[in-house]
Amino acid sequence: MTKTALNIADLSVGTVIGTRTLEISRADLVRYAGASGDFNPIHWNERFAREVELPGVIAHGMFTMGAAVQLVTDWVGDPSAVVSYGTRFTKPVPVADIDGAPGAAVEVTGVVGALDADAGTARIDLTVTLDGQKVLVKAQALVRLA
Amino acid sequence: MTINPELQGRSYKLSEIYSVGRESIRDFARAVKAVNAAHFDVAAAKELGHADLVAPPTYAIIVAQRADALLINDPDSGIDFTRVVHAEQRFTHHRAIVAGDELVAELHVDAVRGMGGGAMITTRAEISTVAGESVATTVSAILVRGEGQ
Repeated sequence: MTKTALNIADLSVGTVIGTRTLEISRADLVRYAGASGDFNPIHWNERFAREVELPGVIAHGMFTMGAAVQLVTDWVGDPSAVVSYGTRFTKPVPVADIDGAPGAAVEVTGVVGALDADAGTARIDLTVTLDGQKVLVKAQALVRLA
Repeated sequence: MTINPELQGRSYKLSEIYSVGRESIRDFARAVKAVNAAHFDVAAAKELGHADLVAPPTYAIIVAQRADALLINDPDSGIDFTRVVHAEQRFTHHRAIVAGDELVAELHVDAVRGMGGGAMITTRAEISTVAGESVATTVSAILVRGEGQ
């Protein structure tokens, strides 16, 4: 059972649940590779990434997807309230190798996209952009509130 | 290399059991910058009604990608992993994944669609406990880029 302080009756479509900046460094990609088991060299090896015609090392799509949904998890309070979550990956997120500064900054905004009072669920639509361009498209999380 | 058009309808079974450990949940949670106490502190997870630490919403990708690897590494598939791009991902949770779970997965190749010299392949991993309880369904679309794509 999901425990949350949120009440579906208090929500309306269009309500912004939050917004945050996701700063990404090369170390974040190494940590994600280790934790997820995804060691594809395009996420840590600049030479390899360029050889396969990428602009450089790029973030795992799953890193961006997994980090973006934290906005929803923090809002609802219980991670298990996210009953489904999906997205399309449309643009890579290049992560520059910079000392003492993030290699990329992704903006995440969550909005209530739909409410189903009978099912006790809210659909949260995430807008995830890099330099104003969407990197995730149709990123939607269905959250159980009751 | 060309994609084997007869992949559609095939299925692969993970031969090993994936044991969900507390440290694995903590490591994955840190890796996606999760801060919810239910990923780190057993008492906090129990407070929310869970048996043990709860996995973040995308944790099942670890098991799903192990299952996907069975297809990608199958020499008969014709897939060059260096040309694989993740195009789409979806998770449906039938219940939360918690530390202590013993998971198995079966991968189904639901669709193979030729695109130029490449192909879009849709796979579905049905993740369940060793006892047969359904835990999560993940669907991913991978684009295998053809020459010059």
